[in-house]
Amino acid sequence: MAQAPALPRGFELPLLKRLPRIGSIDQVGVEQRAAELAKRSIKKDAKVWALELALRCCDLTTLEGADTPGKVAALCSKAIRPDPGDATVPSVAAVCVYPNLIAPAKERLAGSGVKVASVATSFPSGQSPLDVKLREVEDAVALGADEIDMVIDRGAFLSGRYGKVVDEIMQVKEACNDAHLKVILEVAELGTYDNVRRASLLAMAAGADFIKTSTGKLPGAATLPVQLVMLEAIRDVYEETGRRVGMKPAGGIRTSKNAIQYLVQVHETLGPDWLTPDLYRIGASSLVNDILMQLRKEKTGAYQSKDYFTVD
Amino acid sequence: MTEVEKRGDRSPVPAGWAYAPAPESTDVVRLQERYGLYVGGEWLEAKEHFTTLAPRDEAPLAQVAQASESDVQQAVAAAREAFPGWARLPGSERAKYLFRIARILAERSREFAVLESLNGGKPIKESRDVDLPLAAAHFFYYAGWADKLEYAFPNRQPKPVGVAGQIIPWNFPILMLAWKIAPALAAGNTVVLKPAETTPLTALLFCDIVRQAELPPGVINIVTGDGSTGAALVDSGVDKIAFTGSTEVGKAIQRRLAGTGKKLTLELGGKAANIVFDDCALDQAVEGIVNGIYFNQGHVCCAGSRLLVQESIYEPVVEKLKQRMATLRVGDPLDKNTDVGAINSRAQLEKIEELVAAGREEGAEIYQPPCRLPEQGYWFAPTVFTNVAQSYRIAQEEIFGPVLSVLTFRTPEEAVEKANNTPYGLSAGVWTEKGSRILWMAQHLRAGVVWANTFNRFDPTSPFGGYKESGFGREGGLHGLEPYLEFE
Amino acid sequence: MTGGVGSTEPPRSGGAGSAGAGAGNRIPVKKTYKLYIGGAFPRSESGRTYEAQGQNVALASRKDVRDAVSAARAGQPKWAGATAYSRGQVLYRVAEMMEARVPELAALCSGENEVHRAIDRFVWYAGFADKLSQVLGGTNPVAGPYFNFTIPEPTGVVAVIAPDDPPLLGLVSRIAPALTGGNAVVALASETQPLVAIELAEAIATSDVPAGVVNLLTGRRAELAPWLASHMDVNAIDVTGAGGLRAELEVAAAENVKRVVSGKADSQSLYEISAFLELKTVWHPIGV
Repeated sequence: MAQAPALPRGFELPLLKRLPRIGSIDQVGVEQRAAELAKRSIKKDAKVWALELALRCCDLTTLEGADTPGKVAALCSKAIRPDPGDATVPSVAAVCVYPNLIAPAKERLAGSGVKVASVATSFPSGQSPLDVKLREVEDAVALGADEIDMVIDRGAFLSGRYGKVVDEIMQVKEACNDAHLKVILEVAELGTYDNVRRASLLAMAAGADFIKTSTGKLPGAATLPVQLVMLEAIRDVYEETGRRVGMKPAGGIRTSKNAIQYLVQVHETLGPDWLTPDLYRIGASSLVNDILMQLRKEKTGAYQSKDYFTVD
Repeated sequence: MTEVEKRGDRSPVPAGWAYAPAPESTDVVRLQERYGLYVGGEWLEAKEHFTTLAPRDEAPLAQVAQASESDVQQAVAAAREAFPGWARLPGSERAKYLFRIARILAERSREFAVLESLNGGKPIKESRDVDLPLAAAHFFYYAGWADKLEYAFPNRQPKPVGVAGQIIPWNFPILMLAWKIAPALAAGNTVVLKPAETTPLTALLFCDIVRQAELPPGVINIVTGDGSTGAALVDSGVDKIAFTGSTEVGKAIQRRLAGTGKKLTLELGGKAANIVFDDCALDQAVEGIVNGIYFNQGHVCCAGSRLLVQESIYEPVVEKLKQRMATLRVGDPLDKNTDVGAINSRAQLEKIEELVAAGREEGAEIYQPPCRLPEQGYWFAPTVFTNVAQSYRIAQEEIFGPVLSVLTFRTPEEAVEKANNTPYGLSAGVWTEKGSRILWMAQHLRAGVVWANTFNRFDPTSPFGGYKESGFGREGGLHGLEPYLEFE
Repeated sequence: MTGGVGSTEPPRSGGAGSAGAGAGNRIPVKKTYKLYIGGAFPRSESGRTYEAQGQNVALASRKDVRDAVSAARAGQPKWAGATAYSRGQVLYRVAEMMEARVPELAALCSGENEVHRAIDRFVWYAGFADKLSQVLGGTNPVAGPYFNFTIPEPTGVVAVIAPDDPPLLGLVSRIAPALTGGNAVVALASETQPLVAIELAEAIATSDVPAGVVNLLTGRRAELAPWLASHMDVNAIDVTGAGGLRAELEVAAAENVKRVVSGKADSQSLYEISAFLELKTVWHPIGV
């Protein structure tokens, strides 16, 4: 079993001075709180503001075996200008692809401000030797990825080898250089909210810039209670160390209404400082068009049809 | 001390991202200008009236009858006349009337929720999602008992008591009406119910449901009025009194009925301890503390008004609590985003202010999150006192407002001792992840309801009521039938 | 009113009695009587029918039995997992839907009186759903520092051999108690008067009863009952309507230790519910 090296300065485990343990989560309580927050009614300017923010926080994603440069180029155009009929609609935050598609993405996005994020570390399973995973990260960074989305080793986590989990993240962080690192927990495999909190705290201790819920490859991806658990972990790390870590829910967020519920949670747990693409991203694909339809409805007063928005 | 600004409008405070006003429309409610008394299935004119208003802005809503002593007697006579026919009905037929009421109340729940928030001051989110569903469920639950009493009380030959006089408070008007009427009728009794002086409107609207359900006249009678109407009901020819309200009035009623042979149940005040251990699920415990005292503006007899926090976790709990309080939205009860609504009346507001002033004087430290409260209406910011001693008034007396007092303890025994050190005994909360400790605490707390890792949960199947000066008798569950029955 | 109990006379169809399209005579659309399995109305997979009460009725096969048990097993967890209050409301809704169909139901059984009693029976059972654990369970004062409680839980999938008579009330009396406790049911309707069972199924299908919780089969009792009795994924069997088959069914039931229940065609009692419940007892220490 690998020895975990000394942790970087500013992080201590245990993270909370008076609690000797990472603590636990009451499932019913956290789900109730998430349900209450989901009832917030956001209307008019507040809604338009939220929709535009959601758009600016989107990481438009394509992670398929069948991805081609052509497909990625089209997605990038959509990322830069989501609504061809309305130039006031902002660009999204990033495009997220497999390493082989970084080059075409970079080419199409040059000069636009939209970032290129690449998955790495044998996404989505993470079940490869560490040297293979690190090499993939290095290659992705060399190809120009601005951001790396890695997966934690769930096998190690679920069998109690937390040292290995932390060690891998730290080494990936080093291989990232200037690229920012998102750590995917794959919450659907973790089983309990307690485990989600534990994995979140480990990832942050090991240097994550963002913690992310899912690969999007399993059913049951991001949920409101899971995000709430992760946001509270982020808040606890901030209170203890002053460091701000970002949050990214991914998978299953298809409607504007749902996206706004996620934003409300951030607002009422972490506060307005986190409501920026620098600290909040939404991993989505079909969400973008639903946001565009809602924005158009707010502007024109009429309900919209999919026919008027490009698929990519 | 935090500044509390006053502002001309009622919308909740914007904080970073301002949620726009999201008012629930009041169009669904049609108010009459004036209401009479509902007696024997008809509306009777009273001689005197008074105005009932909306606590959010003191706007007058309607004129409501002030029932006199003879009005009350007439209502009791109508109930008495309807009683034999109602009691003789097969239980299965009584059940069907109650099922009808449950279904109609569920169908018209939005109308009732809006009226409840308008007349009482509680957030629409609560009346819509808590009060109304529970009220309908209460009728549905007791409907099912009407023809199964032999299962509830095997070998005891239960029979209805007769005519019940029921007096309810202003904090959960339609829900308290359901808690009173449903078991009484299921058991075969007829009733005369007096809603609280400041919240008569949902009870009066309920009379329209009684009409739609085609209940036999006189089975349910509603008389509105102030304390004198209640006193007249206590003195009248009813066979039983059920009272929910302050301990002071409860004692007065108990004295008044002494020696009369009338049956009595009381559901009175409380000063519940919400006990947080250092191995709790921390964020959920904070949520439970907040819910325990700020839900319904703290106008809750079983509110967790004393936070007993284990000293080893004092700082994180209080820190998180203050942060969480700052996200509470205080404002227009009819705004869907409001978390804390208006105080029910000027009288109650003055009482809260008096006790809070006492807390300051006695030396406790006060925190109130920044909050813009409207100029009109009755408002009080969520408040927490730290450095509170057990002997302070704010730790002893029921404030019945959004004011929490924080005390500390070191061991489970000390927590139990402090929690039980009160004349009240309605409820308690326990927050720990350790199962055996939950059960040990539950065993030792002298309270009628113990919530472990949750708070303010109600269900028609779950008996509710107090120990000691919080009253006697239980409402809900099989046990809730007992006060309305006589046995061989 | 149709000719009494046990009659095979055709029920009245809607509108004027005379046949043929004359001046102003409208040809009614005749109903096809199919099975009720998994929330849907399929024909028998065997394609067979038989004639009863002047209609063609699906003649279920052992494969239909197999499919029905499968559907019941799939639907049961959701029903058991719903709150007792919710189950009570759904059963009350069945009564509401039946009330709206009194004439149709009455035409297919002995008449309005039977239908009213069947409706009231559903109401009675609906009102018990959220009271069972208070009456049948509770805490047990064991001699030691333990908290000990007993709760009733549904046994799972219940097969019901309904009596021939009364065709509606008998069926309702045997399926409602099992449903109240959270079980899913596969019932064989009366062989001679099956139509009312399918009419009932239509009321059930519009009552928010989850798919698979109630399954109703029409056909030959002697052919189908043994398949239910021997099915290893059925937890209990109600043999009230089994008649001479009973002994044989009880032998088959022993293979997976099914709970065997027999009652009356017209009873209403808590103990009909508890016959299909298991009791679970839990212990936990009490200490600081």
